[in-house]
Amino acid sequence: MIDSQWFWWAFYSLLVIIPLVVAVAYLTTAERKVIGYMQLRTGPNRVGFAGILQPIADAIKFITKELIFPEKADWWLFILAPQLMLIPSLIAWSVLPFDEGWVIANIDAGVLFVLAMTALSAYGVLIAGWASNSKYAVMGAMRACAQIISYEIAMGFALIGVILISKSLNLSEIVRSQSGGFWHWHVLPLLPMFVVYWICAVAETNRAPFDVAEGETELVAGFHVEYSGMMFAVFFIAEYANMIFVSFFTSTMFFGGWLSPFQGIPGLEAVFSFVPGIVWLGIKSGFFVFLFLWMRATFPRYRFDQLMVLGWKRLIPVALAWIPVVSAMTLVGWV
Amino acid sequence: MDSSGECDDFSGVGMNIFAVIAVLVVSVGLMRYFLGHESFSRFILQDFFKGLQVTGKAFFTRKITQHYPDKGEELPISPRFKGALALRRYENGEERCIACKLCEAVCPALAITIEAEPREDGARKTTRFDIDTFKCINCGLCEEACPVDSIVCTDEMHYTIKERGDNILSKEQLLHIGDMYEQKIQENHRKDSNE
Repeated sequence: MIDSQWFWWAFYSLLVIIPLVVAVAYLTTAERKVIGYMQLRTGPNRVGFAGILQPIADAIKFITKELIFPEKADWWLFILAPQLMLIPSLIAWSVLPFDEGWVIANIDAGVLFVLAMTALSAYGVLIAGWASNSKYAVMGAMRACAQIISYEIAMGFALIGVILISKSLNLSEIVRSQSGGFWHWHVLPLLPMFVVYWICAVAETNRAPFDVAEGETELVAGFHVEYSGMMFAVFFIAEYANMIFVSFFTSTMFFGGWLSPFQGIPGLEAVFSFVPGIVWLGIKSGFFVFLFLWMRATFPRYRFDQLMVLGWKRLIPVALAWIPVVSAMTLVGWV
Repeated sequence: MDSSGECDDFSGVGMNIFAVIAVLVVSVGLMRYFLGHESFSRFILQDFFKGLQVTGKAFFTRKITQHYPDKGEELPISPRFKGALALRRYENGEERCIACKLCEAVCPALAITIEAEPREDGARKTTRFDIDTFKCINCGLCEEACPVDSIVCTDEMHYTIKERGDNILSKEQLLHIGDMYEQKIQENHRKDSNE
């Protein structure tokens, strides 16, 4: 029974999913805290010590709220849409290496798999907006789809640089190709591509300043305006799980994943050798999660046409221009 | 998992760090040359980083939130604050009110109702002094009008009326409030006259 492959797959999946859901719950509170701190407020601090139990209170609220179905909504698609958002954002974790060999599915086309799974969330958004039978929801869904499709291209070009340098689509291989101290990480030779990639990643996850799909000042809540209770919570979890995943993916692709930044430095390498790789990955990704919140607290929302101009006329040319440079550098063996 | 042994093969493998930095610097220089100063500063997201700097600094500054219901987290109250109304007494325990009805006359909200009769010793005293707290707008005109400093505004703002009918404060209740807040009232008068 225990020898069964399926048991271990389920076990490993739970090892990822349960901490992830807890992290998502606390990320919602952390977001309110961080944004509050940046606006000279203190954020939620009433439930438990300094607001520690706030996510639990939120969860209870979401679970006990009524599920409201619009009369003219397409019932099946309406139910399906939140799951179409959540499941791809959870599946994408299966190819992410947490440490040397700590990966559920060590597949060779890992980058492509991640791109496919993050792109699938466009279907969830589109179906949610369409099935709600509400004009705001359709507007939000249309915007989200156009945005995700446009930024997917620039993101793909930015990731081509990583693939060119590491000569592999396997995420573990990509991390290994960055070993040897923080100056060996891909972020340095791919600096413009990293900036392009990060902007695209923020746009992909529909986060501020690119949250035109939600746009609460113009579209109320965008594509999930008709959702309530636990179904809304599923959208919420999917969005935040996506955020965390993108942060982990960024540190894997550009910042050496589980590798210690002090690798190859004579004294520090020995001092920090006890730190497990997953902690380094967590620290790096934690910074990017914080950067998500930091950007949300700082920047006003892009207008939709500006968003499109930025995606097609700025990010894609920059990423395209850097591909020959990276290729040349690889050819002469500088990276 | 299958290729875990290859880790060492990559470490330190030919990355020419100086060449990479040189390429970055040259490309930045080219961008600067072709774009001009303004477009270039936009290209390297200068304003974005300035914005992030502002919020980053705000993240570490002291927070100015008043956690209001907590102890010691209230805003300072002026000695002139117009809170709950009260009737005061003289030091010998005699109520101050002489039933002149000036407060009743001046009240813009018609919140005060006074009935008066001479007492056994001949002093003019009220038999009924009701304030309807639902009508009262805490304007303090009654306090201004009172010739003997009988009706006053205390600085107490934390009071609630929970039941319909409790909103009419009788003479006894008002005198009781006055007894409770006598120290505070005198202190506030002193502060006010010193300023």
